[in-house]
Amino acid sequence: MNIEERLLKGDKRACARLITMLENNDPEAIEIIKRLYKHSGNAYVIGITGPPGSGKSTLTDKLTKELRKRDKRVGIIAIDPTSPFTGGAILGDRIRMSDLALDEGVFIRSMGTRGSLGGMSKATWGATKVLDIYGVDYIIIETVGVGQSEVDIVKTADTVLMVMVPHLGDDIQAIKAGVMEIADVFAINKADLDGADKTQLEIEMNLDLNEKSDYRPPVVKVSASRNENIDQLIEKLMEHRNYLEKTGKFSERRKRNTKLEIIKLVEEELMNLIMDKALEENLLESLSEDVLLKNLDPYTARDKVLKLIK
Amino acid sequence: MERAIRVLVAKPGLDGHDRGAKVIARALRDAGMEVIYTGLRQTPEQIVQAAIQEDVDVVAMSILSGAHNHLFPKVANLLREEGVDDVLIIGGGVIPDDDIPGLIEAGIEAIFTPGTSTKDVVEYIRNNVKR
Ligand SMILES: Nc1nc2c(ncn2[C@@H]2O[C@H](COP(=O)(O)OP(=O)(O)O)[C@@H](O)[C@H]2O)c(=O)[nH]1
Ligand SMILES: [Mg+2]
Repeated sequence: MNIEERLLKGDKRACARLITMLENNDPEAIEIIKRLYKHSGNAYVIGITGPPGSGKSTLTDKLTKELRKRDKRVGIIAIDPTSPFTGGAILGDRIRMSDLALDEGVFIRSMGTRGSLGGMSKATWGATKVLDIYGVDYIIIETVGVGQSEVDIVKTADTVLMVMVPHLGDDIQAIKAGVMEIADVFAINKADLDGADKTQLEIEMNLDLNEKSDYRPPVVKVSASRNENIDQLIEKLMEHRNYLEKTGKFSERRKRNTKLEIIKLVEEELMNLIMDKALEENLLESLSEDVLLKNLDPYTARDKVLKLIK
Repeated sequence: MERAIRVLVAKPGLDGHDRGAKVIARALRDAGMEVIYTGLRQTPEQIVQAAIQEDVDVVAMSILSGAHNHLFPKVANLLREEGVDDVLIIGGGVIPDDDIPGLIEAGIEAIFTPGTSTKDVVEYIRNNVKR
């Protein structure tokens, strides 16, 4: 059996290998996904984001156990930052999910953010497709909610869960600025510590300001490490799913996400095309030199770069 | 192709010290590798499942408790049973010289004892990954 057939049969190693190939931009893997794409679309995707250390991995572990009780198969993609200096990474999310390793109904994959230029979104989407075809019912994507590309990833989930913790202080301001809007459900984790009520109030006040649709994101206090209130959080996630499906917003959202995905793919491919050529010809060096010396302005420089692919 | 070497750094057995494992993890990261760190007290079964799902190139294990003669070969056997034959398995920790040939026989391809520089480990991995 080839890898394609094995993936369709739900073979774990085929699933793992295909994700690797996509991460490495292997054209063969892309051809395989092209052929198998029609088998995707069955998995429901939950994106989990929030500040580092807020308990996303611990919560992912507990949510997955809850989904397993309901007999759902779960794929997890846990993303941690790659060092921009060395290209290496320590991916430690599995530490919090040790018990899941032996569950046949769970597949966990750790990914580094690797290159710049949104390469991460491509790899993550690829992994999502592979897990979907492999045959899980839910995919949980865990990513730190700081960089734009992380936000881009999580934005394309069907349901976005934002994890907050008490005493965020100024952090909550920073998060509010860009990321609050994409949350469909809020979890205030570490509710065993004090201050959770205050955080809840702050989030609710923020939601009051933004009320514009018929859906208001619920705010649930949980404690992941103590496994408290997880079932209630699952209920809220399911309610969001039901809301989307009942109102027809589900297909709307998938369409929007698909559009984003296509744009990203085009963007990346264009950048690769241009940059490969520009690097080859050392064009960036000479152009920036010229711009510095005022022999050229940046706009003309841009046009010269674009000419490479025109 | 952009390819990062992926290494599972695992601590099988019951000893509660992972300083050595963490030092290695950081050295590998600094050498540009992707390290999947799974934490303390992993069973051989958990290590093998993680290695499969993460599709790593290398499984690097560290043991201080003295259970290496049991646990290292167990991991190697389980990987073999799962049909995994393209993963480099290496071990480290407090391991008596006399035990090393047996471990190598069992499929642990290199053993690094205390005092090995992390540079050597990095070099060894770079030169011996199987794909
Ligand atoms: N007090 C408390 N600590 C928690 C809770 N959930 C997670 N933690 C701890 O928070 C730390 C970071 O957790 P982790 O899941 O790795 O966070 P992540 O970086 O967001 O993935 C760990 O030490 C956890 O044990 C909780 O509900 N209450
Ligand atoms: Mg995490």
